[in-house]
Amino acid sequence: MAKLESKIPSGPLADKWRKHKAEIKLVNPANKRKYEIIVVGAGLAGASAAATLSELGYKVKCFVFHDSPRRAHSIAAQGGINAAKNYQNDGDSVFRLFYDTIKGGDYRSREANVHRLAEVSVNIIDQCAAQGVPFAREYGGLLANRSFGGAQVSRTFYARGQTGQQLLLGAYSALMKMAGQGAVEIFPNEEMSDLVIVDGQAKGIITRNLNTGEVRRWSADAVVLATGGYGNVFNLSTYARGSNATAIWRAYRRGACFANPCYTQIHPTCIPVSGDYQSKLTLMSESLRNDGRIWVPKKKEDCKKDPAQIAEEDRDYYLERIYPSFGNLAPRDVSSRAAKRMCDEGRGVGETGLGVYLDFADAISRFGEAGVRERYGNLFDIYHEITNENAYKTPMRIFPAVHYTMGGLWVDYNLMSNVPGLFVLGEANFSDHGANRLGASALMQGLGDGYFVIPYTIGDYLASQKPGSRPKTDRPEFSQAEDNVRGISKRLLAIDGKEPVAHFHKRLGKILWDGCGMARTKASLEKALQEIPALREEFWKNLKVPGSADNLNQALERANRVADFLELGELLCLDALEREESCGGHFREEHQYPDGECKRDDENFAHVAAWEFQGEGKKPLRNTEPLNYETVKMSVRSYK
Amino acid sequence: MVAESSTSTISVTLRVWRQDGPDKPGRFVVYKATDLSPNMSLLEMLDVVNNELESKGQDPIAFAHDCREGICGTCSMVIDGKPHGPHKGVATCQTYMRSFADGAVITLEPFRAKPFPVIKDLITDRSAFDKIQQAGGFISVRTGAAPDANSIPVPKDAADLAMDAAACIGCGACVAACKNASAMLFVSAKVGQYSLLPQGQPERDRRVLAMVASMDDLGFGNCTNQYECSAACPKLISHDFIARMNRDYLAASFRQALSPKSAAASGGA
Repeated sequence: MAKLESKIPSGPLADKWRKHKAEIKLVNPANKRKYEIIVVGAGLAGASAAATLSELGYKVKCFVFHDSPRRAHSIAAQGGINAAKNYQNDGDSVFRLFYDTIKGGDYRSREANVHRLAEVSVNIIDQCAAQGVPFAREYGGLLANRSFGGAQVSRTFYARGQTGQQLLLGAYSALMKMAGQGAVEIFPNEEMSDLVIVDGQAKGIITRNLNTGEVRRWSADAVVLATGGYGNVFNLSTYARGSNATAIWRAYRRGACFANPCYTQIHPTCIPVSGDYQSKLTLMSESLRNDGRIWVPKKKEDCKKDPAQIAEEDRDYYLERIYPSFGNLAPRDVSSRAAKRMCDEGRGVGETGLGVYLDFADAISRFGEAGVRERYGNLFDIYHEITNENAYKTPMRIFPAVHYTMGGLWVDYNLMSNVPGLFVLGEANFSDHGANRLGASALMQGLGDGYFVIPYTIGDYLASQKPGSRPKTDRPEFSQAEDNVRGISKRLLAIDGKEPVAHFHKRLGKILWDGCGMARTKASLEKALQEIPALREEFWKNLKVPGSADNLNQALERANRVADFLELGELLCLDALEREESCGGHFREEHQYPDGECKRDDENFAHVAAWEFQGEGKKPLRNTEPLNYETVKMSVRSYK
Repeated sequence: MVAESSTSTISVTLRVWRQDGPDKPGRFVVYKATDLSPNMSLLEMLDVVNNELESKGQDPIAFAHDCREGICGTCSMVIDGKPHGPHKGVATCQTYMRSFADGAVITLEPFRAKPFPVIKDLITDRSAFDKIQQAGGFISVRTGAAPDANSIPVPKDAADLAMDAAACIGCGACVAACKNASAMLFVSAKVGQYSLLPQGQPERDRRVLAMVASMDDLGFGNCTNQYECSAACPKLISHDFIARMNRDYLAASFRQALSPKSAAASGGA
């Protein structure tokens, strides 16, 4: 049974982080260069961590499977980043951002972590502005803000509809600066394929070079995973096609606990699916909900009509109706489920009936088409490219899609997993968003973890490691891990069946979407738990991967990732089945209030479920970490 | 309005550049792709072709892609002679089959430029761009050393223009489109972003000199004002930034040659 010590500092909530920083161990400047740190991933969390750790003097190696660190999928975040700056003088504060995030997460995140996140949010904006991130500005030259779901203040900073891109390029520029000085070594096209554990501590990784097929061993004093979320387990999602769970999954198989895998976020405003060939779903930023109004026809028979022909009194602006105080800015999980309910009632629009309208007619009459174009032009363009429709003239059609995973590897307050020396940052960990993440908080957490948390907390671990004590890569643990990596590829290539990888990924996605998507039941989960192992068996019998492992082989890359998804998908359903309550993005139909809202069970489930691998074919062990709320009172989450 | 339903499908013939490795000879191979929905993206069409190849045990067409929403800059490819295909202001991944007529012959090639060697088929090595960034594509600000964000006001016009430049996705289409394989548009976008902002001023001269030198060292050509780069740019970055960079470069060269330097600059205890 894994030891889950959260290491949350004692004392009042607002003082915990300051106190912790003052008390944790430090590594002296002359010793820092004697430590080597591996950072896997260079999205917001990985790039900011690698850059900052190298600034401190540590020797850093940064591995990315992309051809450049600038490609990580953080780049696609559109809307913005939250920070408790209160530049708008609208009553924002660190406490309010903390509270909104805790409530947004449906009281399933750690108070201390979330408060720290709110505290460092203000430093993130300072850091990014100093790096030359071209945030939106007012005419006076000061920073502009907009509102996002789940908040009643304007605290979201943005750079047009490309905030993630600009923040990532800021972190990338810091990383490039340090790489130019030789303080960070960057390894592009290098995919982490296993974690190496020596004497119970994470001391290295095995990588496969995607261009050459070469498998290599790397040792280090600590390993930092910042490899993003696992939403592509659903196949169709707003993730990049390459986003995968291999790094965290293989770390799980080496003993790192996987926390709350069933907490997945379904984003309410995505472009609906149009056909079987579809490879991904495209998000329309939540910021659109600032000015767009969501509706469906009141009458089923109107659904196939041209929306312009549906009279105002025949439209149901259901979010405004059900949630009058938050309206169209209700949080993501709430909005997604409401859209699903409308479609389930037969009032969905579009060819498939799986869509709702997002209408800008009011905004256009208020600000004019030019005003709307200035705010959201690039999003309207994206919509036009994909659907061939002009959203200035006719409402957008949107539908929820998998967008983010709140679950991830379990970490303590120092962001260290239960495997000493293994740190996990950003979306890859589980800690800050509970059961639902608020808009504009992912960027905040990625950068918060990388710039302002790990640089302090990693020292606490390293100070306990003798400088220069990292193992050599000729140890048996490294050869065993390397053999494991080569073995998986070899087995995949040897199956020699009939179906391409995509065939299995699609089917897995369908099983999960139907059984463990926006709404889950005991029956749907049990069915999925039957189907996934069967599909996995079929995969290992009937997959066809052409070519070899000794060169660039994209089919083999995908096969490796899908093999892991086929295992992770099962854990996701198992976690969803055992969490007999509804909270945030995890909605169990058995547990709801008469109005269809989530019914939590704080008595039995106010805890983190951290799953521990028990070996091939064995049921994983469900460890728990209780969530102790010292400041906030757990209550029914209402946006009405 | 409901999207026009697409009961009619199209079929196309592909001429695809296949090359096993950097030093191997390449050739065009012809594939048929049939019964395609016009709402399918070009990359989704390639997925379908590849699925068939894979299930027959044949080597799928290697192509670079990731986000599939035009922002990561991974997708490359020259479509019918144009980097990122027929439409202005979009990347390859945002090109849809409705852009092609039923029965069309579509030619797919990698970006062709000496500093971007082919790795396999349609994938090229664009790591030269990272090297140019390392030479100076940053503002040096150590984490934690930043002043309050609103203590540095930036005029809205400057911020907006800087954002136009910052929109670069680093795809390399500008290089592929240029007969000289010049990276001037890419470099000038970064230089322009920072030189427009107050935060970028202290390193302004060093940056432009170092980035241009690095670009030259890596074998990119010079600009001869044909503006193919901005025509091919999926983010429509203007060649005006090249002119801006040339001015910056000239001024920086003079200042470097003429301005007095502190003899003790690197000394002190």
